[in-house]
Amino acid sequence: MKKLLALVLALTMCLSMAALAHADDLIKVGVVNNPPSESGYRAANVADFEKVFSAENGYEMSPYYSLKNDEQLTAAQGFITDGVDVLLISAAETTGWDEVLTAAKEAGIKVYLFDRMIDVPEDLYEAAVVSDMAKEGETAVNWLLEQGLEEYNVIHIQGAMGSDAQIGRTGALDAQFEAGTMKKVAQQTATWDEAEAKKIVESVINSGEKFNVIYAENDGMAKGAVAALDEAGITHGVNGDVIIMGFDCNKWALKELKAGNWNYDGQCSPFQAQIISDLIKSGETPAEKKIINAEKGFDAKTITDEDIATYGLGED
Amino acid sequence: MTREAGKRKGGVGQLLIPLIAIALLVIFNLIRDPSFFSIETKTNNTGNTVLAGNLISIINGASELAILAMGMTLVTAACGGQDISVGAAAAIAGSVFVRIIRGAAPVTGGTVIGAFLACCAVAMLFGSFNGMLVAVFRIQPMIATLILYTCGRSIAYWINGGATPTIDSPITGAIGSFIPGIPVPTPVIIVAVMALLFSLTFRFTTLGLYTQAVGINESSARLNGINVTLIKLVSFIILGICVSVAGSIGVCRLGLINHETLLIDIEMDTILAVAIGGNSLGGGKFKISGSILGAYVIQMLTITLYAMKVSSTDVKAYKAIVIILLVVIGSPVVKRWFTKVIGNMRNARKIRGAAKEGV
Amino acid sequence: MPNGTVLTMRGICKQFPGVRALNNVDFTLRSGEIHALMGENGAGKSTLIKVLTGVYEKDAGSIRMDGIEGEANIHSPQDAQEIGIATVYQEITLCPNLTVAENMYIGRGKGLLVRQKDYEKKAEEILRSLGIPARPRQQLASCSLAVQQMVAIARAVDMKCKVLILDEPTSSLDEKEVQMLFSLMRDLKSRGVGIIFVTHFLEQVYEVCDRITVLRNGELVGEYVIEQLPQVQLVARMMGKELSELNSMNEFGRKPMGSEEITYEAEQISSSECRPFDFRIRKGEVNGFTGLLGSGRSESVRAIFGADKVTGGRVKVNGKSVRITRPIEAMKNGIGYLPEDRKRDGIIADLSVRENIILALQVMKGFFRPLSRAEAEKFADEYIAALNIKTASKDTPIGSLSGGNQQKVILARWLLTHPDYLILDEPTRGIDVGTKLEIQKLVLKLAEENVSVTFISSEIEEMLRTCSRLIVMRDRRIVGELTGDDLNQNQVMKTIAGGEAS
Repeated sequence: MKKLLALVLALTMCLSMAALAHADDLIKVGVVNNPPSESGYRAANVADFEKVFSAENGYEMSPYYSLKNDEQLTAAQGFITDGVDVLLISAAETTGWDEVLTAAKEAGIKVYLFDRMIDVPEDLYEAAVVSDMAKEGETAVNWLLEQGLEEYNVIHIQGAMGSDAQIGRTGALDAQFEAGTMKKVAQQTATWDEAEAKKIVESVINSGEKFNVIYAENDGMAKGAVAALDEAGITHGVNGDVIIMGFDCNKWALKELKAGNWNYDGQCSPFQAQIISDLIKSGETPAEKKIINAEKGFDAKTITDEDIATYGLGED
Repeated sequence: MTREAGKRKGGVGQLLIPLIAIALLVIFNLIRDPSFFSIETKTNNTGNTVLAGNLISIINGASELAILAMGMTLVTAACGGQDISVGAAAAIAGSVFVRIIRGAAPVTGGTVIGAFLACCAVAMLFGSFNGMLVAVFRIQPMIATLILYTCGRSIAYWINGGATPTIDSPITGAIGSFIPGIPVPTPVIIVAVMALLFSLTFRFTTLGLYTQAVGINESSARLNGINVTLIKLVSFIILGICVSVAGSIGVCRLGLINHETLLIDIEMDTILAVAIGGNSLGGGKFKISGSILGAYVIQMLTITLYAMKVSSTDVKAYKAIVIILLVVIGSPVVKRWFTKVIGNMRNARKIRGAAKEGV
Repeated sequence: MPNGTVLTMRGICKQFPGVRALNNVDFTLRSGEIHALMGENGAGKSTLIKVLTGVYEKDAGSIRMDGIEGEANIHSPQDAQEIGIATVYQEITLCPNLTVAENMYIGRGKGLLVRQKDYEKKAEEILRSLGIPARPRQQLASCSLAVQQMVAIARAVDMKCKVLILDEPTSSLDEKEVQMLFSLMRDLKSRGVGIIFVTHFLEQVYEVCDRITVLRNGELVGEYVIEQLPQVQLVARMMGKELSELNSMNEFGRKPMGSEEITYEAEQISSSECRPFDFRIRKGEVNGFTGLLGSGRSESVRAIFGADKVTGGRVKVNGKSVRITRPIEAMKNGIGYLPEDRKRDGIIADLSVRENIILALQVMKGFFRPLSRAEAEKFADEYIAALNIKTASKDTPIGSLSGGNQQKVILARWLLTHPDYLILDEPTRGIDVGTKLEIQKLVLKLAEENVSVTFISSEIEEMLRTCSRLIVMRDRRIVGELTGDDLNQNQVMKTIAGGEAS
């Protein structure tokens, strides 16, 4: 039923697109993405694509948003039938895309993957612009080591187990735990949930164990952890007893950083659109198909208002 | 004998189970760690001097649960069933609260009050929807509230377009943690205010008597001129108010709303708090104080387990074991057995006494 | 066992704690007869039936069935079924979500190999031969109540029953359906089945039955051939009074006639449960509604109080037109109502005596004006003393009091509202003799204080003693109004039985 619905939707979409008389000089771009409501990250990602692939920049963009892989597949097929010039995909799942991408290749449509990789042979797409989560983790852990604390007692709050971001961001820290440079006070998943993160920190506080670092794998969980500290009257951030680390660079999180309530926030850039646009316009196929989006880490002591304006995701 | 039985029913008898549970937990913790209940003053990030310690964690952490349990007690008493949509309804209320606060440019005290009143109105609306289904259409409360339980978090999702928007205001921050200059967590103060409001309501209206009458014998209540439908509806609307208060506290604590996880699974803990408080889940006589104690028992159990280094994910399983024990001890079968044993002991004493007198 | 007899019960005794439910009762059923088992509430009809069907074990006596050597051993409903005793209860005990055929054969298969087609065919035959308008594959719930009942009977017939017990089968059927059922009963009778028919509709007894056995207070009054027991006599036997004896009964005390002022007046008042009727009561008058159980006397007073859904009529209280559709409106107009079923409609069992006493007054005062604890205690003490209520304390839950004391608490509840018109439906049922007298005296005292009272009792003597006017009902209709010299048992019986009421 849902497939049927998606098919009907895709068809309607194609028909309406066909009905639109459009200037021939615009590049037709079909975008298959997750809905902006998924997260602040996604909202920023979608907004970025809308900004870059605009009519002023010479594009005619048709987006399709779904969290379901099969609906995404149907939509991609629809874009191919409609004869788009370029297909951009952030897939819900890594599998099942061979057939569609082969069809795209046969139709001479250029395919770019962004944000997430797909399990297909490299020749089926032009390039993949993605984040390197493991690198994000390393950057963060290196920053932490630079702080030169006497001892590292870390509460490690993990994202949804098995997700790309969790595996990447956990790796670097796990290496430190194994090496013995840092002590694992607690390592638990809060599945990206703020409230659960708060509970984890509460449980550690009530158990009476000492800790001086909270490493949360996204901003929301860091916020939950901080709420627990505030309730227990434990100071945190710059000049505080506990170092707070988060990821994603939401605008509100960077503001916390600027205010000195947190210490570090690692970027996970949703801004792949410009890189892809440059590739399309240059017409070149890059030598290395997997392009890693450069990502930064921000320190509370050095972050500026410009950084917040440039790199902050979301409204505030 | 009858006189004593009557007294026990009206007096602390009902509170026996939660009080015993609290006493056991206190003793257990003191043996394990004599400093378990020590309270210290600390200065937190915003520069407030605040009270901290396990005891504060318990009382503070149980706030939302205690507030919901108050409302749930009324619904249980009047309708003989429970509202399982309180968590979902709180997500809706919290979403409305966040939406309005985010809509205001400078967040003033007025904005916060306005946002709370709006979320209160919405929660009361959803409460009356549940109440209508139960009171007018006579649907089992659990079935009726299953509807909102299922769709509530989706509705909450629509209100803020899905993402997890944050609110950043010193006022909401103070509601969620501490008001500058007051070392007691604000949610604890809110619980006290709600408890006071409830006791004033019972004092200055006949709500308590009517609710019990409806819960015990609906037909009798009706023939004594009580509007049964209205009383049931009112119980759900009052629960709606509790939901909006709990939802707002939850939002203010984290400074953001996550419609999927705000007060998740709290409905079951709420019902449990009512049950541990010695209230019959079949309706009728009730004691709000019992339910509040029940909420503290549950939170105390959680913190005790935390203190024993049980991780927050494992806590649920351990909690279940203790709760099974509590509920079984409070069950009619065990109660009857206890009454019998105590009765036998009394009789034995009486006989002995009589024998002595005879001598 | 004499020829033609299918069932004999001799010297049946059954004791419950504190009650002798059956005392040395005999009952005989012949094949091919329809035998009415009659008696007022508590006479022992249902106990006798339950002993026969194995729900209760008898304490003494013997049961013999045709075709069985010696005494029949009935220790469970299954035993009864196996020896050919089938019962169809008032409430349908079949499964509404199964088909007619499935209902007829459910739980009867000798093995797992019962084929659906086979039993559907068999069901079809039986239904046709009995003239029951149902198809075997029809879902039972889609049949009317009457047909469902007939399916239950068909099931019994197919089980080769010799004794068929019909317990109040007609109470929820309309006239046409009753006739359908009767023709089925006559058909079964012609096939030699003995039918025991329990009902409270007198007309139906005379329409379809051959014999009547009357029970009263757990004892056998007698067995009669229908032609030899006129309806008036039957009523007298059920109530335990010989006609001559009734005539000579003394009436004592002054019966309050009331003043000329009318307290309450209704024209063509009706409710979902009763037909339109006219009624009025004067200030300080005590009247009564009488009739057998199910005659509509309770339903009528419930309509006055707004206890059931009021569907029409014009009402005046103290000369002023008022609207009474809900209990609270009746209460605000000075009407109080003590319901017939104390447990279901009267007491609020877990609440204290004090709370039960003040309840009605509190509701009249309003939601935002609660009585203070001190006031409530004062009222409770006052009425506990005035009505001599025996309770451990005013905080004792009413549920732990004896029936009579519970009733006094409910009385206190209404007296506390100082009503102009008090309706008492069966205030004396199930309570001890002493309390009964107290309540009757209280009624007379209230009338002296200019309160109008409607007093309903199953015991006619009580009503004759207190009421100056009796409204007689039969089959949900007012069939007579007795005053003055007509107020004697004879006349009441005649009117109830459908005799010539003047």
